[in-house]
Amino acid sequence: MTTATTANQRSAQTGHVQRNTVLFRPGVRPVRISGFSTTFDVRTILITAALVVAALAVAWWNMISGSAGITATDTLGALLGGADEGTSRVVLEWRAPRVVFTLLGGAALAVAGAVFQSQTRNPLGSPDIIGFSTGAYTGALLVASFGFTGLLATPLAAVAGGLATGVLVYLLAWKGGVSGLRIIIVGIGVSIFLGSFNTYLMTVLDLEIAMSVATWGAGSVNDITWAHVLPLLAILLLTFPVMLSQARNMHLMEMGDDAAAGLGIRLERVRLVQFTCGILLVAVVTAAAGPIAFVALVAPQLALRLTGASSVQLLPAAAMGALLLTTSDAIARAEFLPASLPVGVITLILGGGYLVWLLVSLGRSRKAST
Amino acid sequence: MAAGEPGTITKGQHMTALHTDPRLDSAQAAHRLAAQEVTAGYDARTVLRDLSLHVPEGSFTVIIGPNACGKTTLLRSLARLVRPEAGHVLLDGSAITSMPTKQLARTVGLLPQTSVAPEGITVADLVARGRHPHQSLLKRWGHEDESAVRHALDVTGTSKLSTRAVDELSGGQRQRTWIAMALAQQTPILLLDEPTTYLDIAHQIEVLELCTQLRKQGRTLVAVLHDLNHALRYATHLVAMRDGEIMAQGHPEQIGTAELVQEVFGVAARVIADPETGRPLVIPKAPPER
Repeated sequence: MTTATTANQRSAQTGHVQRNTVLFRPGVRPVRISGFSTTFDVRTILITAALVVAALAVAWWNMISGSAGITATDTLGALLGGADEGTSRVVLEWRAPRVVFTLLGGAALAVAGAVFQSQTRNPLGSPDIIGFSTGAYTGALLVASFGFTGLLATPLAAVAGGLATGVLVYLLAWKGGVSGLRIIIVGIGVSIFLGSFNTYLMTVLDLEIAMSVATWGAGSVNDITWAHVLPLLAILLLTFPVMLSQARNMHLMEMGDDAAAGLGIRLERVRLVQFTCGILLVAVVTAAAGPIAFVALVAPQLALRLTGASSVQLLPAAAMGALLLTTSDAIARAEFLPASLPVGVITLILGGGYLVWLLVSLGRSRKAST
Repeated sequence: MAAGEPGTITKGQHMTALHTDPRLDSAQAAHRLAAQEVTAGYDARTVLRDLSLHVPEGSFTVIIGPNACGKTTLLRSLARLVRPEAGHVLLDGSAITSMPTKQLARTVGLLPQTSVAPEGITVADLVARGRHPHQSLLKRWGHEDESAVRHALDVTGTSKLSTRAVDELSGGQRQRTWIAMALAQQTPILLLDEPTTYLDIAHQIEVLELCTQLRKQGRTLVAVLHDLNHALRYATHLVAMRDGEIMAQGHPEQIGTAELVQEVFGVAARVIADPETGRPLVIPKAPPER
């Protein structure tokens, strides 16, 4: 260790530097297998696994509970193809798509939220806060005002409305590049404008049409079928690997544009890829179930606090999102039997509480630091 | 510094072994990084006008000048964060705009004026981010990454802090961590934008001594500094700017005159020999007593 003692006066004074000291926090270990190398964090892996197990447990509970009086054994039998026709229909065609949708949809919303929060460098920067959901609602209301409602028109209009809002916010926030804070502020502004426009549209619509759109607008998974699940699965399989591959670039961008660019990151390309993937995910969930509030906002931040990581990570966020949405659905179904509340109402209540807490604690830490 | 001298020489040989690029040792390549008649700015506002600068190889080049004279814009242009409206920034003779981003990031490192450490990130995590240009999708943490990070921590004296959260550190420790991140990038050229701002005098000197050490190890450094006397003492090449143009450049002992201070900053000053180093020392004149 002669080089270590000459390396630096400070370390020479305090004793030589040991090569095998803990470099990162405890529990972070390197893996190196021939050409592949990375680090992994034991805590993050354990927590993600625990969240996945919890989400699957709640999902299973959702599969076996309900007013049809179907037992766990019946459900298992139906899944394995050995149940009577009635039970099979309830399990495979009514319950299973809904349960799978809450798992995948929750994950999709959470991943989108994580990307938005990372790119805007702000825990408030989620698609629902910055106007996407409001825009989707505007799209649905607009086509309804022309007399189109139903299975195809409302979702398509919602996606178009959400995407248009996303593009509008991006363009309005553009000033030789896009800054996170500007996106949030422009998004909130556009959101407020569209919100009042939505209220106006509701007042001029026929009562019946207004009610049907409002049901959709509350965010409900009651009518989910496999036809809703498949597009979601396809979009997830398409976007999630891309987002994961960009996750590291995304995290480096949290240090500021100059620092990230100095490390060789092509800022606008990463931003475009991540925002596009995020918006696609929110769009496909919103199209099927209506705007489900707050999952995108809450899940990444809860996962972040559990893992103790320094920035929002996609996999733990996805697991947390799946758990949140299945749990919300369980509450929506169980507490109000035999009727089923829109799941969006539950996420709104849970998420609203979280938002108030977040704002209060953000305010506190700002005060403490000044 | 005398006690550290033998150490830095050993270190210097070590560093030369790391960078086997023959151009580093070649006497012909007097510079690798240069700005050629660069005009640059933001939106409609032009900050740099027709500016040319050759960064001497192996120098500690310091850019000085009054506020808003274009120092930072020049540094950002050299790092390709600002695209020139006219002219080129050249690295080894070719325009940096045509270089792949990661390749540029393996040659030119940058310590920006303001960077944000993500909440709760540890020192080692932050420094490890400097390895990004050397990593790929599959090669995310090789042995060379680890040794580069450990080396950067050693050199900046932050090894003992490696598991601490960056936001808990003192200003000086934090700045050393950011410098360590830039060092982990292992670039032969390092650009620093006001690396001593917000630091007390002890930490300022510490950072500047570290820069000198890095230069002796064979790196080329370009820094923007606000303190004129620090610039005069530590720079091997001084660049004085005003209104987006270079007023003078050269060794501090050649260009560090009262006339230059008057011309660049509009301040009447005496220049005496620094009793410690013999370098020029600027002392602003007191206003006449009434």
